[in-house]
Amino acid sequence: MHPILARRERLFAYVLAWVPLAGIQAYLIALPGSLSWGEAAALSGPLALVYAFLCLSSFYACRSAPLTRARTASVLGVHLVGALIAASLLTLAGSTLASLLGSFPSFATLPERFGQAVPPLFVLGVLLYLLAVTLHYILLSLESSQAAERRAMEARVLAREAELEALKAQLNPHFLFNALNSVSALTTTAPAKAREMCVLLSDFLRRSLASGERTLIPLREEIVLARQFLAVERVRYGRRLEVEEEVEESLLGALVPPLLLQPLVENAVRHGIATLIDGGTVTLRVERAGDGVRVAVENPYDAETPAPAGSGLGLSLVRRRLAAVWGRAAELEEGGDGKRFRVALVVPSGAPEGA
Amino acid sequence: MSLRVAVVDDEELARGLVLEHLAAHPDVTVVAECANGLEAIEAVATHAPDLVFLDVQMPRLTGFETLELLEPRPAVVFVTAYDRWALKAFEVHAVDYLLKPFSRERFDAALARARALLGAGARGPDPSLLAAAARPEGEAIGRVAVREGTRVTVLPVEAIDWIGAEGDYVRIGSAGGSHLKLQALADLANRLPADRFVRVHRSWVVNVARLAALEEGRTAVMADGTRVPVSRAGAARLKELLPKG
Repeated sequence: MHPILARRERLFAYVLAWVPLAGIQAYLIALPGSLSWGEAAALSGPLALVYAFLCLSSFYACRSAPLTRARTASVLGVHLVGALIAASLLTLAGSTLASLLGSFPSFATLPERFGQAVPPLFVLGVLLYLLAVTLHYILLSLESSQAAERRAMEARVLAREAELEALKAQLNPHFLFNALNSVSALTTTAPAKAREMCVLLSDFLRRSLASGERTLIPLREEIVLARQFLAVERVRYGRRLEVEEEVEESLLGALVPPLLLQPLVENAVRHGIATLIDGGTVTLRVERAGDGVRVAVENPYDAETPAPAGSGLGLSLVRRRLAAVWGRAAELEEGGDGKRFRVALVVPSGAPEGA
Repeated sequence: MSLRVAVVDDEELARGLVLEHLAAHPDVTVVAECANGLEAIEAVATHAPDLVFLDVQMPRLTGFETLELLEPRPAVVFVTAYDRWALKAFEVHAVDYLLKPFSRERFDAALARARALLGAGARGPDPSLLAAAARPEGEAIGRVAVREGTRVTVLPVEAIDWIGAEGDYVRIGSAGGSHLKLQALADLANRLPADRFVRVHRSWVVNVARLAALEEGRTAVMADGTRVPVSRAGAARLKELLPKG
């Protein structure tokens, strides 16, 4: 899209800017003295109009020779050649116009005297063309910076969406409904336990919502959130769900994006413990891995239970979020041997760049 | 009218809640409390309850798979936190579909519905409807549950060699043995992955991967030695799936 032709208000301003230029042109071609002011004006008006539009074509040269990539010399060469061609065309148009005007009695001798106006017309043509080139470069850079801003905005929106998605996955409604059903069951048989469950659930929800608003949180808080989630699920699953921890406390200061661990723990319960009649133990492990930290969740599972549709979604979101923060420096390991499934986040222990 | 009821849920608290609501109805007798589908199949065979409260998501067998194997067939009220199976539940003529958590009024309404239907002489749902509902809409099934007495076997479809019709039953050949299941062959055949199973005959379906030889195009010899008749149309269908040349 041409930055001037495509917008009516810009085209209007551009043509308007050529009015004083036409005046300067008339002044310059009258300067050698052979042309009268009237003749200079009669030539300049139409010529400036034609040349204004001719100069718009310099946009295509500017676009094909962007200042950032091409070498300065070749850019300069392209535009100088362009300027010479344009100025020649301007001069040619001038002499054509002069001979046309010569058919009128009052301009009868104009064609003979036009020769003296050629040097100033030509020089001015070169300069005006180069001016147009400059203008187009300015407009191009303006547009590219707007595009960059738009891209940055899109990236921000994407990041926000990922956060929202994480939070939504976090607040899996079935987890809530089942937890509330447990509360409902406990209300008459064990009111104190029902109250305890309400507190557990509230603590978990409050912490989830608060973590979701931050970009990075200490691993310690992720572990607390996972514990709270498991505490709620233990009320529901009773003896079928046991939890074991092997956590190296010194590593818990590492910064991680929030709500990464909870989906892994939720999967361990939903696709692991829930598939087994006798349940089993979910193991939460935080250990050193080279220079980084490995956070692993392990659970037994029934290999014969088909994975429900869409169950890989949670993990792919975790993987995308890891990549968004650390690129290839972080990874998600996963694998099962038919009895136990293991998934682990391996992240650098230092704070991610730009965070 | 007195009512014999079984409660099936893998969560003890959830079972407790149903039992508590039932306790308000003195004419209801709870004959069994089960933590999974396998227990439910055994309990139903032993106690023949009129009505079963059945969870959907349970270990080993889902509520739908369990229902398919219950004998004698009771009336069923599904109890689950998921609303996505409601349609399927009514397709299999479930009496009602309770969403966790539910109110006492809602629970009593479900019970009243069950009484009305049972009083009107309604029997349990139709086996073919059950089979149709035991899988998500439009998806091929990944496994088939079969029952001999109270022994339940879950066969992944890859483990099935061939299936033959025997009256109202199908005989499913797997790992050198075979299992009998109350189901129409067409029902089962339509639900198996089409890239793997071929209806080679009005009464036969074979797993292409277990085909050892094709004799004169009219008899398929399976890997376990079973000889399966192949009809003209069956041979054409088989050819489409077999590697060319």
